[in-house]
Amino acid sequence: MKCSEFLSELTSYLDGVLDEKTKAELENHLSWCHNCYVVCDTTKKTIEIYRDSQLYELPEDLRSRLRSAIMTKCQQQRRRGPQSV
Amino acid sequence: MGAIQNKVAGPVSDELALVQAAKRGDDSAFEELVRRYDRNVFRIAQHITQNREDAEDVVQEAFLKAYGNLAQFQEQSKFYTWLVRIAVNEALMKLRRRKPERTVSLDEDIKTEDDSLPREIADWSPNPEQQYTQAELREILSKTIQGLPPGFRTVFVLRDVEGLSTEETAAALELSVPAVKSRLLRARLQLRERLSRYFQRREPGNGKADSARGEDVKDKDVASGDGNP
Repeated sequence: MKCSEFLSELTSYLDGVLDEKTKAELENHLSWCHNCYVVCDTTKKTIEIYRDSQLYELPEDLRSRLRSAIMTKCQQQRRRGPQSV
Repeated sequence: MGAIQNKVAGPVSDELALVQAAKRGDDSAFEELVRRYDRNVFRIAQHITQNREDAEDVVQEAFLKAYGNLAQFQEQSKFYTWLVRIAVNEALMKLRRRKPERTVSLDEDIKTEDDSLPREIADWSPNPEQQYTQAELREILSKTIQGLPPGFRTVFVLRDVEGLSTEETAAALELSVPAVKSRLLRARLQLRERLSRYFQRREPGNGKADSARGEDVKDKDVASGDGNP
């Protein structure tokens, strides 16, 4: 397996959706190709860092203000009837 | 090295019951749906628009549209996927309004012939995120993802941050499954490459650590893919 072939399967490998044969080929490649090992490992870390980052969390006070604004507008919209969307 | 573990989304078993109650006019059921998904919609909207006020507007408009069109929701897909589709469209409209000089579309032909191929193959520190304070880390992550074209960062956010499946992401963005997979790979590789500037392992005593660590995060160049300053 060439590095470019490894890369094209990287996303499926990280998502755990590869068949056993392809997965074994990829892991064999990883066992001797340091560059691909690093790319794979740091791509996985990239995903984990973003997933765990709590970037753009909605603060609780803003959250309740938004929710009550939404529900008020929904009720107004219902009173006006379905044509007003 | 194993597969990444996806963040499990909230319980969906009673989602349909809530939707059906809301359709019958039970506003408390709809409010429960808002409570369940408002944080997700806000995150998605802010990732796409990169603007907090726009994201707040998107949350309101998306739920209001969902409320007004509940009767048209066919219940064949998940309510959340349907809501995400509405929110993404609202967010893209905001982005278009703010950047009228550029077409913003998920279907735009993004030129990335070789830019996803890793150039920087330095390994990272064992716990790279711990080199920075929470605030610095958030700024790094935010600036880095802003540099991706909207079509890439939207796919990345839905798949990797929000944990939607490839099929759900394709449905929410009206893209094909192969298109989602290809954008996801490029987005992941581009983010990895850009984060390497901050997270790569520093060799002790070569002076690299001091100069890089001391540099202001704000001054780091993050290549812009969609005209963000």
